[in-house]
Amino acid sequence: MTAPIVKIEGIAKRYGTVQAVAGVDLEIERGELFALLGGSGCGKTTLLRMLAGLETPDSGRIVIDGQDMTGVPPHRRPVNMMFQSYALFPHMSVAANVGYGLRREGLPKPEIATRVAEALALVQLQTLGERRPSQLSGGQRQRVALARALVKRPKLLLLDEPLAALDRKLREGTRFEMVRLQEQLGLTFVVVTHDQEEAMSMASRLAVMNAGRIVQTGTPHDLYEHPATRFVADFIGVANIFEVAASRWMALRPEKIRLAAQRPDTAHAVSGKIVDIAYEGDRSLYRVLTESRGVMLVSTTNVTRTRESLFQRGQSVWLGWNDDWGQTLDE
Amino acid sequence: MSKPRFALAVLAFGYAFLYLPIVLVMGYSFNESKLVTVWSGFSFKWWRALLENEDMLAAAWLSLQIALTSATLAALLGLAAGYVLARVPSFFGRTLFGSLVIAPMVMPEVVMGISMLLLFVGANQLIDGPPFGFLTIAIAHTTFSLAFVAIVVQARLADFDRSLEEAAMDLGATPWVTFLTVTLPLIAPAIGSGWLLAFTLSLDDLIMTQFVAGAQSQTLPMLVYSKVRLGVDPQINVLATIVVCVAATALIISGRLTRRR
Repeated sequence: MTAPIVKIEGIAKRYGTVQAVAGVDLEIERGELFALLGGSGCGKTTLLRMLAGLETPDSGRIVIDGQDMTGVPPHRRPVNMMFQSYALFPHMSVAANVGYGLRREGLPKPEIATRVAEALALVQLQTLGERRPSQLSGGQRQRVALARALVKRPKLLLLDEPLAALDRKLREGTRFEMVRLQEQLGLTFVVVTHDQEEAMSMASRLAVMNAGRIVQTGTPHDLYEHPATRFVADFIGVANIFEVAASRWMALRPEKIRLAAQRPDTAHAVSGKIVDIAYEGDRSLYRVLTESRGVMLVSTTNVTRTRESLFQRGQSVWLGWNDDWGQTLDE
Repeated sequence: MSKPRFALAVLAFGYAFLYLPIVLVMGYSFNESKLVTVWSGFSFKWWRALLENEDMLAAAWLSLQIALTSATLAALLGLAAGYVLARVPSFFGRTLFGSLVIAPMVMPEVVMGISMLLLFVGANQLIDGPPFGFLTIAIAHTTFSLAFVAIVVQARLADFDRSLEEAAMDLGATPWVTFLTVTLPLIAPAIGSGWLLAFTLSLDDLIMTQFVAGAQSQTLPMLVYSKVRLGVDPQINVLATIVVCVAATALIISGRLTRRR
């Protein structure tokens, strides 16, 4: 295994009385698409800005590709960032925006023109080089920003909420497009997002942050099936969390529970009444008021087309599960 | 129906009150008569006379040079002051500095004039300069017009998207290159409009100029003022017409620059 491209050691940052980042250790591997996931104010953007050099940490060390970058100003880091607002220069054409970073390196003009054309082709904007950013749609601006950040072939590409400003339809297409680009170019991407679906579907690994700390790091599968804390279980996806013993908890995903009219032959079973149904086509979500565990959420996959397989509101049902169908938590 | 008509009447009266005298002055610049107040026919006579009047032309040339110099100095210093006020969140004496920058806008010009005169007299005793005339007038004009540039620049920078500068630095631009390639082009309209304001203010300043001009130099407003006291001839109307046109053009351009984002 090669050395990690990013090594963050004990990074902390405080704004006045607010501890934005409170001691973060993190390693990011070469060529992975890493996501920092968390709610607003959890410190994920501050951490990203410290990687770019736009904020200086109060303590700790940032090593990028074996070199200590802690006190290095942004213009001397082998890192580029795509801003949430895109931050396109309004007084320059699309091509001039994309070529800005190359001009700072003092490359010869023909080479800049070639690389700008390549970068624009990469994001399918080759015909729009002469336009101003104000003449582009939101999706096109997003791609210009991406091309501008990619064109210098940084060791690390930082993306701050790259899809947040796009509408839902466009977001899904762009998501796949970005993963394709990342694999094709073999760059390391670090994406900051508050959208867990986005993080889960794009990232090869992700870190969940809360209150300035990393709560858990792992693959999307690790985090969904083996959450380490109640926060992670609750933040990623939907989970029924209940106490099973003194300060021992169980996190049980709705689709892992067996829903039946008769008591199922599982280790645990509770009976209850269906109080709410959300039919989503491919699956149905049921809210069941149980006798011993309060309201629980159960989902079924609608694999047949018959109505008989669906349960009715007010129907008495049983919920069953085995111990290894859920995750036991200590905190 | 009556309401808009009444409003229009009030508007017309207001405009007439403000601009009728100026329009009259401009109209009378084409008067044939030697008397300013009596119309006797259309003529370019006084326009020709003014263009042959050496005193007038010399004064106008001096005023123009002073206006260009002081506006440029004010733009540079005002840019620096406005930048610091908008961008440096706290430093020792920040509040005091902010007040001091805009103080010349509200300070009576007589006070400014006398203090400038004392400064220059003192300087001449100590270091034998600057010579009274062009230099002292330009410096004095810079001090009060600087405030106007600082205020427009500060206002423009206050709603400037900082991530644009961060993006430039992230793409490899040093802070200085970032300023030249991103910040400056985007606030240039504000600086330009401040420059034009400073230019206009300098062009028609009389009070402060009289304090610091010395014995040899005479700017256009000084010349006009002394002429009026001796008795006016219609050349003054011609001159007024030219000055109004220059100032109005400058103000219109300045307004356009500020509006265009």
